[in-house]
Amino acid sequence: MPIQYYIYLCLALFSIGIVGVLTRRNAIIVFMCIELMLNAVNLLLVAFSKVHNTAALAGDKTSMIGIEAQLFVFFIMVVAAAEVSVGLAIIVMMYRNVHSVDINFLNRLKN
Amino acid sequence: MNAIIVSALLGVVMMFSGIFTTNKTIIKNIATVGVLVLLAANLMEMYNLFSFDINTHDLIVTQRYGLFFNCIAYGATFIYLVLSASDITEVGVNVAEYFALIFFVLCGVAIISSFNGLLMLFIGVEILSIPLYILTGADKRNLKSNEASLKYFLMGAFSTGVMLMGIALMYGATGNFGMVHNAGIRGVITASQQPPYLLVAGVLLLFASMSFKVSAAPFHFWTPDVYDGAPSVFTSFMSTIVKAAGMLAFIRVFENQYMVLGPTWHIIVDFAIVTTLLIGNITAVFQQSVKRMLAYSSIAQAGFMLFALYANNTEIAKEGMLLYAAAYSLATISIFAVLIKLQDYTLDGFNGLAKKEPVLAFAATVSLLSLSGIPLTAGFFAKYYVLAGAMQAGGALWLIIVAVLLAAVSVYYYFRVIQAMYFKAGDPETLPISGGFKAALIGVAALIVILGIWPSALLSWLYF
Repeated sequence: MPIQYYIYLCLALFSIGIVGVLTRRNAIIVFMCIELMLNAVNLLLVAFSKVHNTAALAGDKTSMIGIEAQLFVFFIMVVAAAEVSVGLAIIVMMYRNVHSVDINFLNRLKN
Repeated sequence: MNAIIVSALLGVVMMFSGIFTTNKTIIKNIATVGVLVLLAANLMEMYNLFSFDINTHDLIVTQRYGLFFNCIAYGATFIYLVLSASDITEVGVNVAEYFALIFFVLCGVAIISSFNGLLMLFIGVEILSIPLYILTGADKRNLKSNEASLKYFLMGAFSTGVMLMGIALMYGATGNFGMVHNAGIRGVITASQQPPYLLVAGVLLLFASMSFKVSAAPFHFWTPDVYDGAPSVFTSFMSTIVKAAGMLAFIRVFENQYMVLGPTWHIIVDFAIVTTLLIGNITAVFQQSVKRMLAYSSIAQAGFMLFALYANNTEIAKEGMLLYAAAYSLATISIFAVLIKLQDYTLDGFNGLAKKEPVLAFAATVSLLSLSGIPLTAGFFAKYYVLAGAMQAGGALWLIIVAVLLAAVSVYYYFRVIQAMYFKAGDPETLPISGGFKAALIGVAALIVILGIWPSALLSWLYF
């Protein structure tokens, strides 16, 4: 399958994530959309990894080119997990104080 | 390498110290000594005395410039702890954890000053920002703090997603995560199969997310709310050391990447600088709360630091960036230390401070003069160096004129605070102020003036 298909798929997922972040009002759903963005990137990295590896294998049968993108995906997963733990803690903290996870709550600082 | 390992270890030490003791003074002292140890470890690496020898396969490359930046950041953190550590212990109950998080941020600073490649850039920026989300929300019962924390977290995570997309697209185009200067744009895939617009789109996305991290316009909108809502001690930390580190990451990653964009690069940076300076300076004029005014002023100062980005690779701009980091950190830490001692953060809260607490008023005055860039203070030479760097890079006369005019605007809102302190009557309520605090403030003011008269006292360290 051509790499373009993967690029379109990932950009579509990424855009769904962005639209979700910009339009949804529930903090948890916004957060899920951010995760969707990160996972779109993971998919894209893996696809690129395969493409670069296939291209390199043509010249060198034992080539390891492309493996660093797969490593990068693991780093993204770990960092995303750390962000999830911090983010959910923040959302829980907010819920305890106002009994709501609505983003519209975030207007108090304006004035 | 030393700084990364020692700061991470110190963070763990701080967490454990919270188990063994709840005595705030002891924890505070451990943290202050810890920063000194960190500074010493970093200096040892700088002078080749001792460094951990770990093969990172070129993911991390320590250079003198980065090590020197670490020294400035850790020195500023030391001053910050001396002035404000007792206020950190008043924020909440889990005192040791705040210091632990500060050390983890410092670990991020060390990674940012030595990354080589986009993987480590990503890790460094994340280590820098994740502890800050927690510190912003440290005041758990305060709704403003909650709101700031959630807002910062959602926006920060969003910009991380954008940054990763940028990195992935750049990887697709070039086939490696290296910086352009040491890898070259050597795509495994030839240009006919892979259109270079992937690379251009990636660089633009990376630019947008880095502008977000340093709060450069048009991605600055989170800054005033977050800085205003966070506990003041932590605002002081993240608007100085963290912001300077973010700016260093910005400059280092684009130092050679910019050629991808060709002539468009200058249009983009011009736009970022002008809007950042305009929005920061003009909006700050209308603020009634000094804390919020300082948040906008920090946007404006970011605009000046962007000149170092504009003047890619000129020696004077690199020196200017270091000097700017030092001058700006010193001045802002000291003005925030004074602000924390006041009960009322509005401009009226400063009325008559000079009569009641002449030392605090004096230190605040010196810091504000430095922030506005009056000669004989460190801020003047910092601004001079970055503007001179932009001048050397060429073709930017109108930009420099705009910057100088807006610096004149900034004098107005900084001087309003000085006017309130010296020429208005009032009786501001303050927290108890110790003699040591006053002495430290005088020391910082002296440092600002010394740097203003003799900037090479700091910069010559870069070469010896």
